[in-house]
Amino acid sequence: MSSPSMVNAPTLTADMAARNRRDARNDRLFAWLLAACGMIVLVTLVGAAGSTLWGGREAFAKFGWHFLVSTEWDPGTDTYGALVPIFGTVVTALIALVIAVPVSFGISLFLTEVAPNWLRSPVGSAIELLAGIPSIIYGMWGLFIFSPFMSAHVKPWLVNYMSTQPDDGKVAWIPAHVPFIGKVFTSQYPFGGGVLTAGIVLAIMVIPFISSVMREVFQTVPTRLKESAYALGSSTWEVVWDIVLPYTRSAVIGGVFLGLGRALGETMAVAFVLGNAFQLSASLLEPGSSIASAIANQFSEAVGLQKSALMALAFLLFVVTFIVLLIARLMLRRLASKEGR
Amino acid sequence: MAGNNALYVRRRIANIVALLLSSLATLIGLFFLAWILWETLKQGISALSPTLFTKITAYGEDGGLANAMVGSLLINFIGIAIATPIGVMAGMWLAEYANRSKLGASVRFLNDILLSAPSIVLGLFVYTIVVLPMKNLTDGAITFSGLAGGIALSLIALPVVVRTTDEMLRLVPSTLREAALSLGVPQWKLTMQILVRSARSGIITGVLLALARISGETAPLLFTAFGNNYMSLNPIDKMASLPQVIYQYANDPGEGLHAIAWAGAFVVTMFVLLLSLGSRLLFARSKVSND
Repeated sequence: MSSPSMVNAPTLTADMAARNRRDARNDRLFAWLLAACGMIVLVTLVGAAGSTLWGGREAFAKFGWHFLVSTEWDPGTDTYGALVPIFGTVVTALIALVIAVPVSFGISLFLTEVAPNWLRSPVGSAIELLAGIPSIIYGMWGLFIFSPFMSAHVKPWLVNYMSTQPDDGKVAWIPAHVPFIGKVFTSQYPFGGGVLTAGIVLAIMVIPFISSVMREVFQTVPTRLKESAYALGSSTWEVVWDIVLPYTRSAVIGGVFLGLGRALGETMAVAFVLGNAFQLSASLLEPGSSIASAIANQFSEAVGLQKSALMALAFLLFVVTFIVLLIARLMLRRLASKEGR
Repeated sequence: MAGNNALYVRRRIANIVALLLSSLATLIGLFFLAWILWETLKQGISALSPTLFTKITAYGEDGGLANAMVGSLLINFIGIAIATPIGVMAGMWLAEYANRSKLGASVRFLNDILLSAPSIVLGLFVYTIVVLPMKNLTDGAITFSGLAGGIALSLIALPVVVRTTDEMLRLVPSTLREAALSLGVPQWKLTMQILVRSARSGIITGVLLALARISGETAPLLFTAFGNNYMSLNPIDKMASLPQVIYQYANDPGEGLHAIAWAGAFVVTMFVLLLSLGSRLLFARSKVSND
């Protein structure tokens, strides 16, 4: 004689309890599954460092610290030193930064303060398009188009006017007794590639990364700050140099380090134009070698100790880029925390 | 007064010079963009021919890139098929479960580093954990494989997917979460059925961007998928890919091979640029619909 609701009440609560338990269990499983996927990011980073360290253990054990300072890389005698590729990596990346940082600063200044509004978005997208072009395309362009251009137009000029060994009839701008600069621009081969060419190609590749960070952080400067400066009679340049840049300094440095990290680890573009020569030369016009290009060129055919040495190189590259990128991200985060984000 | 005037002129000149230099910098950037795209178009289109899509690389200068194109599609597909579920779930974890936790913050931070880590080292990592064990297990019958190439590319695509998913989910208004939770929806259902749906176009954009990113990757494929002069559809066999063949052909002295390499470069560039254009359009539309 009881009402339906009274009959159903216990089963309903039992149902609900069962469902609650099921939901709670599913929620826990789901959370674990997602966390496991999140951990894969960590596993990849640790694994990449660990596997290259493990692969390079023979080289590290055999050569010790000597590995870092030796210039000898000879599969014939099975002796390997990392200084030449390390030197090539660092010098090409530094050339890239010396070119890319001012150009990127100019581009972001143009896009945030100079250009009329209707021009900003299309030009900004075009510059970002540079980042979308695959590195192998930069490599092909560098090898077939830019290197011949360098050897036909830029290199003769540099050799004639900046080096200590100019062609007949040319007067060098740098006198022979000036030590450093002359050596930097000497060249023995008609090869258009080399350290300088690789640095320029790298610069073009990292410009979109650095300029997009700079542009983004320049836009975060409070308008009130800039307008106050304008109201006091500052010129656009003074506002950028004295207000925008100090406000965004840490993030700008972060963007530069981000570009440096990219330039250090870039493989293909460098492998195409650097010339893959294992020689230590002060001249920027000579071919050289970088860590990434050495691995790309040699790893498939390497065996034994050579393979281990290449793995050891990869480990060094990974650790150095990791530190550079870590600094970059920390610097970028500083500005974000200033904004209370 | 005269001194003031001189200062004024100097400041104006400094300003004009700086603004001119900044315009010049932009022109330099645009000039190189135009130069690279123009050469790729010019050299690529002049080398395009039907045999490019029908013949395989075994014929050398008389051949095409059919096996490399098929290989690239397969390897990219494997890469995206692995990276998408893992990346989306990792992104969900960051946005929904670990948003405020220390562990979540460090994973988000390290993911940003993985985003620009050197791809060649990731290739060596996959060589060590996939190619070598396969070789040892099968006594050298299976070494390099398209599958290993796909796994290497998935590690490059992963941080892109993680980051966009995380960002897109955090843009979903929290009222939506609160409404669903107050109705008693369990959190997994909320995440899978409501949040993902409202962030869908953003997540798809991330996957397309990841695909664009890995389509041009060469370095990690050299010692994972290796290359193959014949058509191979078997994922545990050596497999050719467009970037790897371009690299090989461009370094060859043969002029005919250079032309094919340019044609391949043209195909890769078009594919990547159309993909990033498509994802941009999709993203622009999704922004409008959210307003």
